[in-house]
Amino acid sequence: MSGRDAGSNWPVAAVPSAYLTPGPGSFTEFLARAEPHLLPGNRMQTIADQTPHGTTIVALTCADGVVLAGDRRATMGNLIAQRDIEKVFVADSHSAIGIAGTAGLAIEMVRLFKLELEHYEKIEGVRLSLDGKANRLSSMIRGNLGAAMQGLAVVPRFAGFDIDRLPAGEAGRIFSYDLTGGRYEEHDFYAIGSGSMFARSALKKRFERGFALPAAVRAAVEALYDAADDDSATGGPDLTRKIYPVVIAVTDSGARRLSDAEVGAVSEEVVAGRMVNPGG
Amino acid sequence: MTMPVYASPEQFMRDRSDYARKGIGRGRSVVVTTYSGGVLFVAENHSPTLHKVSEIYDRIGLAAVGRYNEFENLRTAGIRLADVRGYSYDRRDVTARWLANAYAQTLGSIFSEHQKPYEVELCVAEVARSVGEPVPAPGETRLGAPGQRDQLYRISYDGSIVEETRYIVMGGVTEPVSSAMEIKFVTGWDLASALTAAVSSLGAGGEGAPRTLESSQLEVAVLERTVPDRTFRRLERSTLDELLAPVAGDAAAADTAQQAPETPAGGGAGGADLPPESDR
Repeated sequence: MSGRDAGSNWPVAAVPSAYLTPGPGSFTEFLARAEPHLLPGNRMQTIADQTPHGTTIVALTCADGVVLAGDRRATMGNLIAQRDIEKVFVADSHSAIGIAGTAGLAIEMVRLFKLELEHYEKIEGVRLSLDGKANRLSSMIRGNLGAAMQGLAVVPRFAGFDIDRLPAGEAGRIFSYDLTGGRYEEHDFYAIGSGSMFARSALKKRFERGFALPAAVRAAVEALYDAADDDSATGGPDLTRKIYPVVIAVTDSGARRLSDAEVGAVSEEVVAGRMVNPGG
Repeated sequence: MTMPVYASPEQFMRDRSDYARKGIGRGRSVVVTTYSGGVLFVAENHSPTLHKVSEIYDRIGLAAVGRYNEFENLRTAGIRLADVRGYSYDRRDVTARWLANAYAQTLGSIFSEHQKPYEVELCVAEVARSVGEPVPAPGETRLGAPGQRDQLYRISYDGSIVEETRYIVMGGVTEPVSSAMEIKFVTGWDLASALTAAVSSLGAGGEGAPRTLESSQLEVAVLERTVPDRTFRRLERSTLDELLAPVAGDAAAADTAQQAPETPAGGGAGGADLPPESDR
């Protein structure tokens, strides 16, 4: 009787029956059920060396929330694959995600993650909590474990403004992940990627609790400069081509990507400072 | 043993139509209309959480009347369908025409094949990025190229689909509401006058008409033309009270109503009927 299940007399252009089946508000779970071929990680690959890799991402909390910044270089072996790749993205109204690892998979993961948040919000009518978002990302990384074992790892960094937490100085939160999807909350500041060791050392010296937003942005750009200084796979601010780091500030009023003009001004100050004192 | 009573196919279909129509007629009405800044949804809805109007995608919204569980099911399916298509192709490839077709096929199938037809009526609306470009040729009443116009599709319980260019009234007793809208509608009106007109038109229907609807009895949302990505926004009670403030709103509506016959596209046969952006 039910044409929906038989499939034979259900018109091709109509909504497929899987779409009409009730279920939770998770887009990833829905894809796994209805369109599994669209999920990242369900493919075989052994091409780790020939794929572009992303590099240094830094995150730090400040009085207004949290700042996430990433350099623009992608490398492929000893070559610079791209000078102006973007590795930091606004995930939804109050969170941002940065990626290090195999660029192709990472960017697809970001796309899926953004949609996961948006889909939930549209279906359920409310946004996920910040911890809920962080946990969703965790399970997505776990789904990529097979590819990670073949050398195609994706390690994101997630940061957001927790609107359920007051005051604003406490609301900026940073989450880091490992390959198995383990989720760790970081405090104050953190860096990932090939230049993370240098960036983290730089932030250790510069970071102050309760930074104002501009000071936090400055510290992030300084840390990226230090990472680029010592790590060949991280790109510094490129004043000649006007390619600057991507900086996202997540505050009470939402996640905002700083304009090139704003980051350019900070980058010029940083470079000018290094002209006098190369070590910062 | 009882024998099934013979009913002619015409009688059979008529019974189903009557059944669905009665179900839809029991509810409260929804008005969807275009205005200079986008598309406006106004629903009489006493529940603040069980929505009749919802976001589907970047530039697409859905209004529904009838049985809640049935249109909620279709709404979820629509969001899934749109998200999957946007994820596997591109966000720009999700269009209202395509979604409206999918809904029409679904409702058509359910109407002819299932025991019970869905008692719902849907409006799928898409807001154009810009209207008024290119400039219409003399005698051409439609503003904007196809795909650059605001689109309103009305899909009935039996899968029939109609494209409207000015406004749609669905659910409850539509007759008095649509005649009130017919009188009040003005090409390219602003948000306040469109909202005031829609609310007073809704008040022309229902028990004890004419009624004055309070902002607490309304669910209002817009698709905002100028927003680059997700255009759907719900209007809160405070915003509604401001927009519905009697003096300014009524005067403006009366003013523009008098000028209506003089505007070239005022006949209503045309497309989105909106002035170029620069006029605002």
